[in-house]
Amino acid sequence: MKKSYEEINEKIRQGKAVVVTAEEVIDIAREVGVKAAAAKVDVVTTGTFGIMCSSGAFLNFWHTKPKMRMSQVWLNEVPAYAGIAAVDAYIGATELMTGDPANTPHPGHFRYGGGHVIEDLIAGREIKFRAGSYGTDCYPLRRLEKTLTIADLRDAFIFNPRNSYQNYNVGVNCGDKTVYTYMGILKPHMGNINYSTAGQLSPLLNDPYYRTIGLGTRIFLGGGIGYIGGPGTQHDPSGPRTEGGVPTGGAGTLAVTGDMKQMNARYIRGVSMLGYGVSLMVGIGVPIPILDEEMLEFTAVTDADILSPICDYGLKYPAGEPPELAHVTVAQLKSGQVEVLGKQIPTAPISSYPMAQEIAAALKLWIKEGRFLLSRPAELLPTVPGFERSEE
Amino acid sequence: MADRENLVNKKIILRFSAQTVEQPMVYHLVKDYNLVPNIIKAQISPENEGFLLLGISGLEEDFRQAMNYLQELGLQVQSLTEHVIRDEDSCTQCGLCTGVCPSNALYLERPSQQVHFDGEKCVVCNICIDVCPTRAMQIAVDN
Ligand code: SF4
Ligand code: SF4
Repeated sequence: MKKSYEEINEKIRQGKAVVVTAEEVIDIAREVGVKAAAAKVDVVTTGTFGIMCSSGAFLNFWHTKPKMRMSQVWLNEVPAYAGIAAVDAYIGATELMTGDPANTPHPGHFRYGGGHVIEDLIAGREIKFRAGSYGTDCYPLRRLEKTLTIADLRDAFIFNPRNSYQNYNVGVNCGDKTVYTYMGILKPHMGNINYSTAGQLSPLLNDPYYRTIGLGTRIFLGGGIGYIGGPGTQHDPSGPRTEGGVPTGGAGTLAVTGDMKQMNARYIRGVSMLGYGVSLMVGIGVPIPILDEEMLEFTAVTDADILSPICDYGLKYPAGEPPELAHVTVAQLKSGQVEVLGKQIPTAPISSYPMAQEIAAALKLWIKEGRFLLSRPAELLPTVPGFERSEE
Repeated sequence: MADRENLVNKKIILRFSAQTVEQPMVYHLVKDYNLVPNIIKAQISPENEGFLLLGISGLEEDFRQAMNYLQELGLQVQSLTEHVIRDEDSCTQCGLCTGVCPSNALYLERPSQQVHFDGEKCVVCNICIDVCPTRAMQIAVDN
């Protein structure tokens, strides 16, 4: 039993496609079996909503009169990278406001930065804009200050080089003092555990060998429609995996892009991490076409099948030494307590499971209503050497 | 002397150190000051430091004298004139605060993984205010 992208899209157009979330498909597979479920279900929607530091946006401010190069740009006093063409700039999610005291005194609060600028733009809020230039014969203007909103920008699109890690480290602290990390506050002597994954709803865990995901895949990004731009930085499919294909470490990543003007600030938020810095919470949902039984089997993955590495962020991780202490399942992490090296440790999440559910449900609705068609990637993500990705 | 007859019902937090933890203070509040203390939440660390969140009812004058007594014992007494609120629109339900909240006022419901805030249990330690990535937890001052 095989289905093509074209057949699935035809069903979507006719309003007849069977679309379920990556949570719902688990029960369906249990009830009717993989074979019957694969025949019934056309698309499985995934979702994730968490802090994704490697994010940012390209902005174009329109040409001015007289014209200006804009070699330096600040948005609400957060510097953007303007070493590209005139009136283009890239605002990075982790950029601090000019003059932010950072970690002095420690732990710093990091109240505002690039991630907040991106959220404020998407929310339509006013931004204080400042630009400087050295002046050229073709671009004579040297200084500009004004307030603007996203409506005043010619173009604004997200381009995130590394989002949606397939699996992720679980943070614990083996040292003897509290550490303030991008995994949150970790108390000494393995006092608590923080984890960051959407588990069974996570995009790349539902297509672990990237049979349907690659450059050109249309996705839910920040409440709007976006696209996968290819493998993200540090994409590495080669590490160890479980029998079901789940990598037991970070593995795959996604580069994603999308027009900010159609996004919704509910699904993209600037964040401040105590003692660490500013960043961006990004909401992503990837639709998985059920091309055959193998794809259905992959999407039926449960939290109990996903093993994540517990890593020491107190001593090993900062020192650049292998930080892994043990592996636990996402189901165990979600229970509120796990045992590591003989110690019971309370757990807390960092990425929002309720928001991941909301995103998977929103994408499901878009597809059911015929507003969102699946796209066949122009190039799949690099996969495990030797893994045969059968063509549909 | 009408003032002396005023009944009060207040919430206080007692923070204590290893030296003061041995004192039978709740007993004295009842016996010497005729107060009715209600322990809402207690936490003592292995190092014998911790806090008690108490609801106390009794006569205003008795309450005032009892607070003096506690302070003389070396306890830190904080009456809850501030409280903490959550801005529901800013909260992303990420759950990070549930790992640091000492009183379980912020807790995760399972299996839904929804984050709930029970203001009754909050001891106004303000930890979540710094930890919440989207600044959803905020201080509000009582009237
Ligand atoms: S840390 Fe903040 S955003 Fe996250 S669940 Fe707690 S209150 Fe909500
Ligand atoms: S202030 Fe925040 S962290 Fe402290 S008890 Fe209240 S809810 Fe919990």
